[in-house]
Amino acid sequence: MAIATDSPKTLEISRDGSQVTLALRGRVVLARVEALARDLGAVDTRGAASVAVDFRAVEALDSAGAWVLYRFMRPLRQSGVAVELAHASEAQTALMARMDPGAERRTLQRVMISPVRALIERLGHGTVEALNEARRLLSFFGLTAVTILRAVTSPRRVRLISFLSHVERVGLDAMPIVGLLSFLIGVVLAYQGADQLRAFGAEVLTVNLLGVTVLREIGVLMTAIMVAGRSGSAFTAEIGTMKVNDEVDAMQTLGIDPMEVLVLPRLFAMMVALPLLAFYANVMAIMGGGMMCVLELGVTPPQFLAQLREAVTLTQLTVGLVKAPFFAFLIAMVGCYEGLKVGGSAESVGLHTTQSVVVSIFLVIVADALFSILFSWLKI
Amino acid sequence: MASDEPIIRVRGLVTRFGANTIHDGLDLDIKRGEIMALVGGSGSGKSVLLRTLIGLKKQEGGSIEIFGRDMAKLDEDERRAVQERWGVLFQNGALFSALTVAQNVRVPFSEHTRLSSKLVGDLIRLKIRMVGLPPEAGAKYASELSGGMIKRAALARALALDPEIVFLDEPTAGLDPISAAAFDQLIDDLQKSLNLTVVIVTHDLDTLAAITHRIAVLVDKHIIVGTLQELMQLDHPWIKSYFHGPRGRAAFVQGR
Repeated sequence: MAIATDSPKTLEISRDGSQVTLALRGRVVLARVEALARDLGAVDTRGAASVAVDFRAVEALDSAGAWVLYRFMRPLRQSGVAVELAHASEAQTALMARMDPGAERRTLQRVMISPVRALIERLGHGTVEALNEARRLLSFFGLTAVTILRAVTSPRRVRLISFLSHVERVGLDAMPIVGLLSFLIGVVLAYQGADQLRAFGAEVLTVNLLGVTVLREIGVLMTAIMVAGRSGSAFTAEIGTMKVNDEVDAMQTLGIDPMEVLVLPRLFAMMVALPLLAFYANVMAIMGGGMMCVLELGVTPPQFLAQLREAVTLTQLTVGLVKAPFFAFLIAMVGCYEGLKVGGSAESVGLHTTQSVVVSIFLVIVADALFSILFSWLKI
Repeated sequence: MASDEPIIRVRGLVTRFGANTIHDGLDLDIKRGEIMALVGGSGSGKSVLLRTLIGLKKQEGGSIEIFGRDMAKLDEDERRAVQERWGVLFQNGALFSALTVAQNVRVPFSEHTRLSSKLVGDLIRLKIRMVGLPPEAGAKYASELSGGMIKRAALARALALDPEIVFLDEPTAGLDPISAAAFDQLIDDLQKSLNLTVVIVTHDLDTLAAITHRIAVLVDKHIIVGTLQELMQLDHPWIKSYFHGPRGRAAFVQGR
């Protein structure tokens, strides 16, 4: 049973006038087909009227071995040479017969396209796909709006338990990581700001810089990005897994609206939790920056607070926080939409989860830019 | 056609999940060239036994000899050499979803052989044809195939290196009766022409009746082996209700 080649040659050729005899020996198996194919390629069959392949000394024949023999015999048979399997057992004959493809169609032809054309095609495909995607997302917004209206008219339809559990997961459970990162961002902002402002002898304005940037922009934006990565992706993965298990179809057959059960609780939870998280992130970032001011600039905590009161107004805070529900809406919508788009395989869950994070962060930043334009237009 | 030399010899096998003993001192001989079925109730450890045989689960005691070699004592290279000589068909096919059918069948060749790519291409087409798939199926992905075609494609991958043993985990589960019968016929055909040793885990009574030579029944953490006729004579309550229940009767009356 050793795999190593025990006998030196698998093939022995003898010729008697127009009769060629090929005696096979030993194991005609995958491990030795390449050598056999080489030997067969060297067989001189010119002028042969009949070829006999002798299986008497064959210890084992597998389909790879049979294939190589068949490949050798086919052109001979086609050119009118009589090919005989001598001393082949019933099983060996049956296996050889299996090699014949019959009238197998050769359909595996590749169409070659020039690379330039392929590139343009891909670009076109991508553009059309992106536009279609935007249209579908928009119609999903519409569907959600209709579902919300229905839920408002009969509040019984709102799933309270599910909503609360999502508030806990999106909001409460995110507090450690959001808090820590916001604190560190506050530290970095104050440190960098102080460094630059020192050149003008205006270190004390670090507090203004910190307060305004955190409250207006950074606090809510960073929170939204973190939540998109943490909870938006979770929405997609949860709903996507349910799609793969056909749970969403099961709901529909039981007369349960997946929009109502899966999407609305997540959407409402996100819209409640994200503003709260954003406020908390503001507090943590200012604490981080404040700590830096106290350590680096030598301001006392009461001085810091007084300067902060000077610098920021309630408007700054509201301008920041008013954006949070909109960001929340985008993140939850994209997360649920991508989840419902999952189809077929587990691979698709991963694909759509990535897609969900990329699209929701993109939309959050676009929305933030639009808000900036709006606020400057309103002169706030 | 089955010779008496056992190709798989299991002695005193013990497997556990935590405190839960699945097999307790199990003995089993599988002869070269036979089709052996493993049957048993849900949770009796059929799939666990299969996974233990192919080395995906470690046994807690006892020995498994395949091709006369103790599997526990092999090093990495020796294991690989033995693995080349068996093929496994998993329950849901386990085709690599990122690859086409033809690429799936190519995987064993590129991992274990150094054949020219033309010859490999020929052999891939041959295997795809041997399991009864149309040639154009080679360019398709698993997600584009029906359940029966996935099983055939997975069988083509399992047979790629012309193994001596194939392990089949519920090959006909989830197939319609016509496809299931065709799949049974395919296994029977291939077994005869390639002189395979086939180990099938199955719940399909028709498969048992149609193609298996011997049946190993897993009951009470042990195993009872016999031909269908022998097992039907036995007076064990579980075996009795298995083979003489309404479904068993329906399958075996026609099968005999």
